[in-house]
Amino acid sequence: MYTFKTQNITKVYGTGEVQVHALRGVNVEIDEGEIIVLLGPSGSGKSTLLNILGGLDHPTAGEVFFKDRELTACDDRALTQFRREEVGFVFQFYNLIPSLTAQENVALVTEIAREPMAPEEALAIVGLEQRLDHFPAQLSGGEQQRVAIARAIAKRPGILLCDEPTGALDNETGIVVLEAIERVQSELGTTTALITHNAVISGMADRVIFMANGQIAKIETTANKQKARDLHW
Amino acid sequence: MVKLASLDRKLLRDLWHIRAQALAIALVIACGVATIVMAYGTLRSLEQTKDAYYERYRFAEIFAVLKRAPLSLVDRIALIEGVASVDTRIVEQVVIDVPGMDRPATGQLLSLSEDPETGLNHFAIQLGQRPSPVENDEVVVSENFAEAHELNPGDQFSAIINGRKRLLTIAGIALSPEFVYAIGPGQMVPDDKAFGIIWMNRSALEAAFDLKGAFNEVSVTLMRHAQEPHVIARLDFLLEPYGGVGAYGRVDHFSDTFLRNEFVQLRVIGRAIAPIFLIVAAFLLHIVISRLVETEREQIGLLKAFGYTDRDVGWHYFKFVTAIATIGILIGLVGGVWMGRGLTNIYADFFRFPFLHYEMDLGVVGIAVFVTLLSASAGMASSVRKAVKLAPAVAMAPPAPARYKRTLLEQTTWFRKASTGAHLILRHLEHRPLRALLTSLGVAMSGSLLVTTFYFFDATDELLDVYYFLSQRQDISIGYNQSKDERIYYEASRLPGVLRAEPFRAVPVKLKLGHRVERVSLLGVPEGAQLSRLLDKEGEVITLPQDGVVLTDMLAENLQARPGQDLIVEAMDERRPKVVLPIVGIVEQYVGLSAYMNLAALDRVMGGGKAQSGAHLLVDKSQEAAFFATIKETPAISGATVKASAIQSFRDTIAESMYIMIGFYIGFASIITFGVVYNAARIALSERGRELGSLRVLGFTRAEVTYMLLGELFILVIIALPVGSVLGYAMAAYMAYAFESDLIRIPLVIYPSTLATAACVTLLSAILSAIAVARRVYGLDLISVLKTRE
Repeated sequence: MYTFKTQNITKVYGTGEVQVHALRGVNVEIDEGEIIVLLGPSGSGKSTLLNILGGLDHPTAGEVFFKDRELTACDDRALTQFRREEVGFVFQFYNLIPSLTAQENVALVTEIAREPMAPEEALAIVGLEQRLDHFPAQLSGGEQQRVAIARAIAKRPGILLCDEPTGALDNETGIVVLEAIERVQSELGTTTALITHNAVISGMADRVIFMANGQIAKIETTANKQKARDLHW
Repeated sequence: MVKLASLDRKLLRDLWHIRAQALAIALVIACGVATIVMAYGTLRSLEQTKDAYYERYRFAEIFAVLKRAPLSLVDRIALIEGVASVDTRIVEQVVIDVPGMDRPATGQLLSLSEDPETGLNHFAIQLGQRPSPVENDEVVVSENFAEAHELNPGDQFSAIINGRKRLLTIAGIALSPEFVYAIGPGQMVPDDKAFGIIWMNRSALEAAFDLKGAFNEVSVTLMRHAQEPHVIARLDFLLEPYGGVGAYGRVDHFSDTFLRNEFVQLRVIGRAIAPIFLIVAAFLLHIVISRLVETEREQIGLLKAFGYTDRDVGWHYFKFVTAIATIGILIGLVGGVWMGRGLTNIYADFFRFPFLHYEMDLGVVGIAVFVTLLSASAGMASSVRKAVKLAPAVAMAPPAPARYKRTLLEQTTWFRKASTGAHLILRHLEHRPLRALLTSLGVAMSGSLLVTTFYFFDATDELLDVYYFLSQRQDISIGYNQSKDERIYYEASRLPGVLRAEPFRAVPVKLKLGHRVERVSLLGVPEGAQLSRLLDKEGEVITLPQDGVVLTDMLAENLQARPGQDLIVEAMDERRPKVVLPIVGIVEQYVGLSAYMNLAALDRVMGGGKAQSGAHLLVDKSQEAAFFATIKETPAISGATVKASAIQSFRDTIAESMYIMIGFYIGFASIITFGVVYNAARIALSERGRELGSLRVLGFTRAEVTYMLLGELFILVIIALPVGSVLGYAMAAYMAYAFESDLIRIPLVIYPSTLATAACVTLLSAILSAIAVARRVYGLDLISVLKTRE
């Protein structure tokens, strides 16, 4: 059973003479519970695809299905509801709320979710049970990213979308963050899509989607899936 | 073509970038500048117009009323040291019957000055001409009266002149510097229908009042450097044998006093209200410029790294603020001149000046510009200093992340239970306490301006309520021509429809306590009076003691008198008795300076038997027509004041002179609130745009995100409301104090509904600006938010 299915989606930015074709007919299915890594150079359309899957953006043409629901037919309000209930986001620059503690940053999301776990529990999954009362400014980059992961998974989302989650981190911290993502996926069965520039990370994926020039160049199924802690770069 | 330096181009683009905020600040500044230019510009124009008016129509400087003196006395008056010119006339009060008006009006009859060159107190003919010297029934009437009755030259009305009804023909309609403000007996403000000035040939009045070769009023102008008190003393000495009741200068002249008070009020407005705008503008500039310096931190570092000096950078931001201030000043000047011209016209119309000078006063403009730049400089000082002091290496590194901490409020159970959104709001509030304070204070100042503005309505209501409904409860007051005859009182009580009649006696007196002297009316009130009552500070009715004098609080203040002290009372009637009386009480009265005594006691100390000046009457409404018809034909009655029409006239006057100003200030106050809230919200949005975008991505709806942004401002506005009420009360107290004059004291009363209205207007403009910002929250670009570093 697929979680996402896209049918020939295109995305064109700008109008008139200056048009940028970010996606040029993308067809892909992402299965429930798998980890997908999106690889490709800058401007290849990875983020645009992820944003469309996460309900942050509309394609110019084509259809996107989440399970049986057609996301492309949803209005803004329905997409907000979709993000609220189904999607966990992790960003390159963490995007934590500086005025809230780690626990409160997670609580912010659990307060509006249907069946969330306790913020403390989510933070324990990412190994931050000792740092509940710290403000973002008092945490390291890796810790901040793990708070962001805890925030993303606390509502038990069906999908976890990570855009360069290790991009701003050194490799050791990056591994810790990837371990957290891995653990969430295995414990909660969350479908995970992860964008990266770092080809090594594709080792932990079930499948790797290579993107170039707004299209899917190829899709590879990983033969020897690795644990995050075994990755090196 | 001049090529702009790169920094100046940056300045222009930055200004354009924050154009809405800059405009909001410029408008607040404009309100301040406009208020200064309007208030002081109008004031100067009116003062100049008044001076020119007085000079052109030879308005006298000293006035004296007497019983009767021969014209030969004029030569002796002219010899008084310091007297420049002397003119005499005959003045009498009469009842007028105008066709179409059911009740009688009161007329002040004046003999015409015969010599336009040397005479004094001329009028300005507006329509028609002076009466022919041989036509004794031709008159000139005051324009106010003519307009109120739609009278034109050639029209006729009748007057009871010394007991004889005469038909008078209007030859001309005129204005006079002496009667800019003319009020009839018993009126608080002019009632043009009920009171008019009538000029007649002197020969006609000499014949009618048996004053051939005589006069009963004298006016004097002074030489430069003349000693006015000396001239007044000499005049009093000369006139005493002729029933002089005491000469007085312009300071005690009713119309001139009124004008002076009005001018004081304009000055108070300029002085009290303009600073509010400039203080708020300084707040706003401080908030906006400190934010700008914060966001341009890296640019400042870059500029300095490239070799721009600290001074260049400081100068850049100085120019930025000055540009906003200049836009505000320009809008303010144009608006101020426009409003000033409008207001001057309204006042000139209200005062009925026959001509008007409106001049844009460069001195006023200079002051407005200087004060504005000063407040703008105060607003930007700390931020510009910060920009100047930033070391380039420090500036180019990103700023240390904002450090938040748990605050005192979080110790409370309520806070712990509150939603995370509420935590977010409260932490932001506590994170920037100065900005929160200035924002709240800015809104509070706008609220205070509204409270002060609306306060005048409350004061008017209170004044009318206390004066006309609690204290003066009669329907109609009548005045008598002859005060000696007690039988007249019985006649008054038998007039058609009269339910109750209470006599009163008014004696013009000089009250002396130590070196302080006041000229007032000493009013005799009968024991157990129900219609004309005296009230204490709590509004309780006071029974007049059998002996001694009761003073109104304003009079007591002027004389610095306390109960128990002895007062020298010198009557200014022809017998001029002088007695020492104890002060037995102080009463609260908003209108005029008066002293009160038991009527019987007054008769006793004045000697000469019982006397009455008039009566207060309660009249059956259904018989009013018969009542008026009778008193129109009763020679012994010199005039009637109808309370209802006096109140109406008071309200109309207030409406005319106040509503337009009030409209302006409501607009101005809304601009302040809008400017403050809009700027605070825009800055919060610029600081927290990324955070709010992240929240949207996480699944928060637009409404929820807007709540988190604006909740903080909502709290600040709510806090500002009571603070604004308190500030408004303080300002109202200052206004009441500054507006106080011998004519009127404005009660310091603010009704709860006024506070509620002010709060609603403040909230409404806050909501409007919130909506303007909320539209931007709705347009947040969610994707770019994720790709940017803090």
